[in-house]
Formats: sequence, structure tokens, C-alpha cells
Amino acid sequence: MLIEFDFLAVLGEWPLLLKGVVWTISLTAIATVIGMVVGVACAWARASGPGWLRWVVGSYVELIRNTPFIVQLFFIFFGLPAAGVKLSPELASVIAMVMNLGAYATEIIRAGIEATPRGQVEAAMSLALSRVQTFTRVILPPALKKVWPAMVSQIIIVMLGSAVCGQISTPELSYAANLIQSRNFRAFEAFLIATALYLCLAIALRRLLNWAGPRFFFGR
Amino acid sequence: MVEFSLWDILRNLLGAARWTVSLSLIAFIGGGLVGLALLVLRISGNRLADRLIGIYVQVFQGTPLLMQLFLAYFGIALFGIKTSAWFAAALALTLYTSAFLTEIWRGCVNAIPRGQWEASGSLALSFREQLQYVILPQATRIAIAPTVGFLVQVIKGTALASVIGFIELTKAGSMISNATFKPFVVYSCVALLYFALCFPVSMYAKHLERKTLAR
Repeated sequence: MLIEFDFLAVLGEWPLLLKGVVWTISLTAIATVIGMVVGVACAWARASGPGWLRWVVGSYVELIRNTPFIVQLFFIFFGLPAAGVKLSPELASVIAMVMNLGAYATEIIRAGIEATPRGQVEAAMSLALSRVQTFTRVILPPALKKVWPAMVSQIIIVMLGSAVCGQISTPELSYAANLIQSRNFRAFEAFLIATALYLCLAIALRRLLNWAGPRFFFGR
Repeated sequence: MVEFSLWDILRNLLGAARWTVSLSLIAFIGGGLVGLALLVLRISGNRLADRLIGIYVQVFQGTPLLMQLFLAYFGIALFGIKTSAWFAAALALTLYTSAFLTEIWRGCVNAIPRGQWEASGSLALSFREQLQYVILPQATRIAIAPTVGFLVQVIKGTALASVIGFIELTKAGSMISNATFKPFVVYSCVALLYFALCFPVSMYAKHLERKTLAR
């Protein structure tokens, strides 16, 4: 038995692959920025919000963390239109990714906030900093610094998870691979190349975030 | 047209949930065994094995599980073996689980102080005896909580097997939703069933973690 690979047939479709990569990067970038904001807001709500808000945020976090991403995506894309909310595949993907990352980021950032010594908060209060200032200047930066490695891993997990978005025809990388294999029947080669691209993206993203974190989010 | 009641939907989903549970168990147990073998190879001091397994772990952690499933599905077929979605999914999830578990467990073994290795070595214990009587019993204690926590990831991971056509909870949900035109209800039920599976495991993992920290 002879297996013949034809990678060129797949690589010849490079414009499709490139478009897929660009979509994957864009989806991840948007989801990361908004998801982090959601995470910070929810972590604050969970640490020092009113009782009912804590409960709501807690339920959101547990609900997302204990269901598969693909089900969340299908619920938003197929389920919500039945309730009157129609979304494009791209928008549904972004919303699903933001909600997913937001929930995990909440837990991660909360862990960092809880590790901040109480004395620092009291010191900030005694310097007449407002509650918002105390949170954004005193509590948040060291908390982010502590949990940044976990945060980077989670962002990469979300980026890899975005491969599922191709299932609702968002034109990201896995969708491109699917499209190529439906044209030339080189399924294994197409998915192998897409997988290799994902691996490169994951490695590059980890480097980028490890570099960007200390510079933009929490000083050195 | 046949009218589906909520009970009909739930009944069918519950039937399909069996396959989610069995696929999770197969992947978890199989992945555990492979992961343990890789762990032993990795800490046996063989440089080459350590490097190769390091690459293996990075590949599985750095690529989407969905792609791994596709590669398993189409890859096995390349060898002329007639494969089923069931076998491809079990294989891909087992390898995926083994990569994560071996990495988690390596961290636990590394957390055992070096002195334990040296002391047991100076008592003339062989490598196997060192592992069996000194290292693994201590490592197991700290490994249980993260391992149970990872089971949740495996259960959620099995949802992706629906994409290669394996009929488990998610796939059953898509099929029922197509038949009933009630996607909102069906996917809510699917999500709640996953939640019912995963939440107790998550809580148990959290409980174990607290117990380990208290010790």
C-alpha cells in the first residue's frame, strides 16, 4: 500500500489559508481585548459588588466553565434566532469567544485580586484614593502581573477553540482547510497544514503576550 | 408532523449522553495509562525521550482538538483501515488527554523535593522501587485535584467528536433541533445536561484542591 501526499495541492490555495489565518487572528484579538475587560469587570463585581451581582456573575462563570464551547456557540448562533436575535456567523463567533474568555478571565483575575494583601487596600484608602482609583491603580496591576501566565494560556486556549467557529461558516483557518479539502479531496494534507499553522500561531501568540503583558498592562 | 414534547427531547438527549460519558471515560482512562507511561519515560532520565515527549506535549497543547480529531479521522483512513467516527474520536481524545495528563503529573513529580530521590537512591532502591514506594505515593496526593479538574476538560472535549459525525450529546442536539425546529429549547437542554455532568466534577475538584492545600 502506498500513501501519496500532495501538499502542493493544498499550499497552492494559499490565499484561502492566509485569509483564514487573518480571520483567526482578528477573532482572537477582538475576543482577547473585550474578554479581558469583561473579566476585569466581573472580577471586580465578584470581589466587591453587591450580593445579587456576585450571584449573577458566579452563575455566569460556572455556566460557561462547565459547558463546551461548541454548545455555547451553537446556542448563540442557532438557538437565539428562535428567541428573536439574529446574528451573522462572525458576530456569533465573537460573542461566544468573548463570553467564554470573559468567564475564565473572571476566575483568573479574581484569584490575583484575592492574593493582594489587605494592607495595600487600607494604605490606598488612607491616602484618600477613591474606590475606583484603588482598584485600577493599586489592586489590579499587581493582580494582573501575578496571574498573567495563566491568562496567556487561557487566551491561547480560546484561540485554538476558535477552530470550532468554522462549523457555523465563520471564514477562519479551520473553515479554510475544510473548504480546500472539499475542492481537491486532500483532507489529511489540508488539516495537517492548518494544524501546523495553528501551532505556529500558538507559539507566536505566547511570545507576543509574554512580551506585551509587562509593557502595557502592569509595568515592570 | 410528529410533535416533540420537552420530555421527548430530554429523553433522546439523555440516551445520547451515555455516549458522551463512555467516550469521556475511555479517553480519560486510556489517556491516563498512556500519560503514565510517558511520565515514567520522561523522568527516567533519558534525554532524548524527555525532549520527544516535550514536543509531543507541545503539539497537542498548541493545536486545536478539532484539528486533531480531523487528522485522526482522515489519517487512519489513509492507511487503508476502514475507520469509524467512534474509533477516531476515541483515539484522538486519548492522545490529547495523555499529553495534558503527563504534563500535569510531571509538575507533581517535580514538586517532590530532590532529597527524596537522593535519599531513596542512597538506600539502594532501584528506579522502579523509588517510583513505587517513594515518589509516586507522594506525587499522587497532589496530583488528584488537578487530574479530576482535567476530567471536566475531557468531557467538554468530547463535544467536538460531534463534528466528525460521532453521535453523542451535541450531535444528538443538532439532529433533534433539525427535526423539531426548536433550537433554543434543544440547545438549552444540551447545555444543561453538560452542566449537570461537569459541575459536580468541578465542585469535587475544588473540594479536593482545598483539602490538598489544608494538608
